[in-house]
Formats: sequence, structure tokens, C-alpha cells
Amino acid sequence: MNMQLASQVNSLLAALILLTAFGLVVQRRMNALLHLFAWQGFFLAVSTAIVGYVGGVRDLYISSVLTLSMKVILLPYILHKLIVKLRIHKEVETVVNIPTTMLMGIVLVIFSYHLTAPIRELSTLVTRSTLAVALATVMLGFLMMITRKHAVTQIIGFLAMENGLLFAATSATYGMPLVVELGVALDLLIAAFIFGMFFFHISTTFDSLDVDQMARLKEED
Amino acid sequence: MVLLVLLIVPLAASLALAFIGDRKFAPEVNILGSAATFAASIRLALQVYEQGPILAGDNFFFVDAFSVYLTVLTAFVSMTTSIFSRRYMRREREHGTIGSRRIRFYHAMFQLFIFAMLLCLLTNNVGILWISMELATLSTVLLVSLYRTPAAIEAAWKYFILCGVGIALALFGTVLLYFAAEKVLGAGGAALHWTNLAKVSNQLEPTILSLAFVFLMVGYGTKVGLVPIHNWLPDAHSEGPTPISAVLSGLLLNIALYALVRCKVLVDGATGTNHSGHIMMGFGIISIIVASFSLLRQKDIKRLFAYSSIEHMGIATFAFGLGGPVATFGALLHMLVHSLTKSSIFFTVGHASQMHRTQEMAKIKGLIRGNPLVGWGLALGVMAIVGMPPFGVFTSEFLILTATIKDAPWFAPFLLLGLGVSFAALFRRAQPMVSGERPPYQHRLKVAHLPVILHMLVVLVLGLYIPKFLAEWFQTAVGLLK
Repeated sequence: MNMQLASQVNSLLAALILLTAFGLVVQRRMNALLHLFAWQGFFLAVSTAIVGYVGGVRDLYISSVLTLSMKVILLPYILHKLIVKLRIHKEVETVVNIPTTMLMGIVLVIFSYHLTAPIRELSTLVTRSTLAVALATVMLGFLMMITRKHAVTQIIGFLAMENGLLFAATSATYGMPLVVELGVALDLLIAAFIFGMFFFHISTTFDSLDVDQMARLKEED
Repeated sequence: MVLLVLLIVPLAASLALAFIGDRKFAPEVNILGSAATFAASIRLALQVYEQGPILAGDNFFFVDAFSVYLTVLTAFVSMTTSIFSRRYMRREREHGTIGSRRIRFYHAMFQLFIFAMLLCLLTNNVGILWISMELATLSTVLLVSLYRTPAAIEAAWKYFILCGVGIALALFGTVLLYFAAEKVLGAGGAALHWTNLAKVSNQLEPTILSLAFVFLMVGYGTKVGLVPIHNWLPDAHSEGPTPISAVLSGLLLNIALYALVRCKVLVDGATGTNHSGHIMMGFGIISIIVASFSLLRQKDIKRLFAYSSIEHMGIATFAFGLGGPVATFGALLHMLVHSLTKSSIFFTVGHASQMHRTQEMAKIKGLIRGNPLVGWGLALGVMAIVGMPPFGVFTSEFLILTATIKDAPWFAPFLLLGLGVSFAALFRRAQPMVSGERPPYQHRLKVAHLPVILHMLVVLVLGLYIPKFLAEWFQTAVGLLK
């Protein structure tokens, strides 16, 4: 694969990742959200493998396999199980309506391009143009966590942020050192265990996973 | 060698307690593990004192004057907390608040938390620093929700989400840092070693590093509890078990600030300005003001002291941002004395709330009559934390204030306002709790004397005189952080 082609394929994948990130922000059905999330992980894994191949960085293959097994298979599977078990089908209303959220998302993407502009000029890697997309994915995950009031969607937003971070690591630097990547994966695994426990605690204590009910702890006057 | 012992002991204790944590002797095992960790940390400190900074394990570990005193502090406070938690958790169990599975979980996670914090301090790799920071968060999330009340679950969820997001931003900052470092040091793990980075920091690309610092500041700042990203802190402190509040306030916030300051050194080296310092000063001063005014409105005793922690971390952040020998010295000392005083306060608060079976301040009365140690411990602790001489907090705040008046006089009125308001707020709240007659619903309890006495003694000594070895470490650290 020559550089030109690799760079183009990578840009395409970046676009797909950004597209799925937007999809996550606006999608309200739980199952569709999970599918989108799995696709995003898949695009990320493919992109990581391609960057690894082009750059000749073996470690990235490991990172790609890790992403594939965690983000595409394991986490969506766990979330799916939980959704079935806790009988969640449709999402509760979003805080801000969807067109407005979309517009906010677009502003975030432009902001990300603006923020990473000085860095793009410094980087010499074939992947450099995708750093802005990576930051935008992080921001969109953030936006999703703010605008959704459901525990499961907040977690998916969190995981999408993590996807964006991994994408940033591959696109800016050909991946972080392996020991760091492994550590991040381990932390993610523990986090998955914790939010799984949380869903049960929240749904048994509050009868639903709507985080809006959690408003006890406020400053009283 | 001693480094490995220091890390393996809490990890092994955590594993062992995961199985035997509900036995009758489990609290003693917990104390034993923490005491062994403390002994190892002393050994390490002696080594650093004699030989200077240590690089070990293929440059993976690095201990210098800045991290070694925090290591000893972390090991010490976790030891005293485990002593305090012995009676406290046993009583919670007798009350039926938690069952045997949860007490096992509590003990295992407590040790894992200590392990994560020590790894933060000992590692040389900025990436591992991030990972262990995240591990420290994750290990305490389920401890905050240990009681499974709706409020506790809400607090833990908030803690998990806010700190998760915060720390994710810090990871982005670390990625950017690596991006800049890789150009100078080449790819691979060595490019994230702090010692290597510090050597070449003046060659790192300043634009990237200033951008990275913004992410690191917001990310680690969330964990330090700086306003406006502090919302998780009072909730997590008030709803979790008191020993956890003590280590969160006393240790975790310090470690997060440590991580931030380590990164600041690199950024300053690259940009050659104190731009990052100005950001820290801004966050610091806002935290001081907001937290001190929030103190006035609190009704829950643990929330009150949680806000006081935000205020004090704000002071330390502000002082690190201000820079200069006096302010940095003050900040280092402040981290130490605040940690000791605040955890001691939480010990007495824990006893007080168990005596009254409530955390509501209006119902807590007559502590000195009820139990002199708890009453006087709280009274003296509050006097120390508001900055009254002769305690150590007075010394550090005095140093910071002097440096502020000299280098940034415009900030001095705000700093004084924050200190004054928090003084008034804490005093007004503490006085009715400690004095007066015992209310009829107050229970008499056996309490752990040692932790409170030890902490207050050290704080008192540090207010009167700073031992030579500590002063030398602080001086070295000041040179390092310039």
C-alpha cells in the first residue's frame, strides 16, 4: 500500500469515526446506539492497524486487536446484556433538542480544527490531518455526556471519548508506548466492571436509570 | 529493592484482604500492611536523604525530594487511617450498615488505593502516572457508594463521571506531551520518562505544550477539586465512609496536585514563561473564594470540611502558580500540613457523627463533655486548619501570603478575604459542636486515640520548627520546580 492511498483510506476512516460520533450524539434508541458505538470501535481498530502497517509500528497491531476485542466485542456485549436484563428500550428525552445538539456538535468540530491548527503544521506524519477529528470525537463524547440524562448513554459517551483519545494517540504519534496503551486498556476494563455494578445499584435504588432522579445532593439554602 | 517492597506490600495486602477481609482480624491485617508500607517508605526516605534522587528499574522509577516526602506522607496517613478505620468500620458493621462482603471489598480496595497512589509518586513515566491516577479514582468510586443509600450512589456516580471525563482530558494532554517529546527523544517509552523530558524541556515545541497544559490543568484540576470542576468532591466526601473521606482529602487531592506540578515544570521549561503558573493562580484564587463562601452555607459536617479541602488545595495551587522560592516552599509545606490536619479532623468528625448517629451539625453538641479526645481534637484541628499559630498551617499560609504581597500584590486582598471568611465560617460552626452540655441522644464510644494525637503533634511541631532534613528536601524541590 503506498503512502498516498494509506493516507486517503485513513482520512476516510476518520470521517467515518466522526460520522458515528455525530450519530451517537443524536441517536435515541438504545440498540442503535450500541451498534453505532461498535462501528466506531471497528473503524478505529482498522485505522490503527493501517497506521501500524504504514508506519511499520508493530505495537499498533496489538493496540488494534485490543480495540477490536474491547470496543467492538466485549463492551457492546456487556452493555447489551445489561440493557436486556434491566429492560431498557427507549431513551428518555434529551436535555437539549436534537437539531440544537447537532449545531453545538458542528461548532465543536470547527473549534477542534481551530485548536489543532498549529499542531497540524508541525506534524510530518501521514496521519496528521486526523488529529482534529480525534479531538472533535472527544468533544462530541463530552457533549453526549452533558446532553443525555441516562446512565447508559452517559457511559457510551464516556467510551466514545476514550475512542477519540486512542484515535488521537495513533493519529498524532503512531500510538503511545505499549505499556501505556496496555495500562489504559486495563483501566477501561476496571471501569467497565464498575459501571456494570453501578447500573444495577442505580436501577434497584431509583427504579430507573434516569440520572435526573439523582438530585438529592444539592446545596440547600 | 525497597521500591518494589513499597509497591508489592499494599498490592499483596489488597489481594489477601479480598479473601479474608471479613474475618475478625482483618482490620489488624490492614493495619499491619499499612505499617509495613510505612516502614518501607521510611527506608526509602533515608536512602534518598543519603544518596539523593534515585532512578531504578531501567529508569521506570524515579524518586526525588519532591516525591519522597509525599510518599512518606501517603504511607503515614494511610497507616493512621487504617488504625482509625478498625473501630469505625467495626461499629458500622455492628450497626448493620454494611455486611461481610462489603467489608471485605472495603479492605481490599483501601489497600489497592494506597498502591495506586504510591505508584503515582514513584513512577518516572508520565503515562503510568496517568494510569495510576485513574486507578486511584476507580478504586475509590465503589467505596464512596459503599453504604448503597440513594445519596451515596448519586455521589459515587457523579464522582465516576466527572473524574472520568476530567482524567480523559488529562490523557489527551499526555498524548500531546508525548507528541512533542517524540520529536526530540524518538518514539518509545523513554520519551515519556519525566527525567528525560525535564532534560530536554527547552527543546520541546512550546505551542504544543501550552495546549497540552490546558488539558492537563482541567484534567488533573478536576481531581485536585478546583472550582468550577469541584462538584464531585463535597458529595463524595460526605456520602462515603469517613476513613475514605480522610484519605481522599488528605492524600488523593495532593497526588493530583503533584501530577499537575510535575507537568507544569515541563511546560515552563518549553515555553520559558510562567504562563501555566498564571492559569494555576487563576484556578487557585477562584477556588479559595468560592469554597470559603460555600463554607458559610453548609449543614452537613463532612461537606463543611470537604469545602475546606477545596479552599486549601486552592491555596496550594495558587502558590505553585505564583512560583518563586518562598511561595513554592510554602506550597510544599501546605500540602503536608493540610493533609495531616484534614485527615485528623475527619477522624474526629467520624467519631462525632457515630456518637450522634448523624452528620447534621445542628444536632452535634457537647463533644468535649462527651469525649474529650474527640472534642479537643476537633477544636484544635479547626484552629489549626483556619491558620492559627502555633500550628503548621499558619506557617505555610504566612509564607504564601508574604510571597503574594511581594510578587502579586493584586491577589493579596482576595487571598485574605478567602482566609478571613473561612476562618469565620469554620469557627462559627465548630464552637457550638465542641462546647456545651452533652445532648441525651449522644452515645459514649471507644475511640482510636493514636491517629488524632499523632497527626496533631506533627502539625504542632511543624508550626514551631521545621526539621533539617525536611527543610533540605523542600529547598531541593524548590530548585527543581523553578
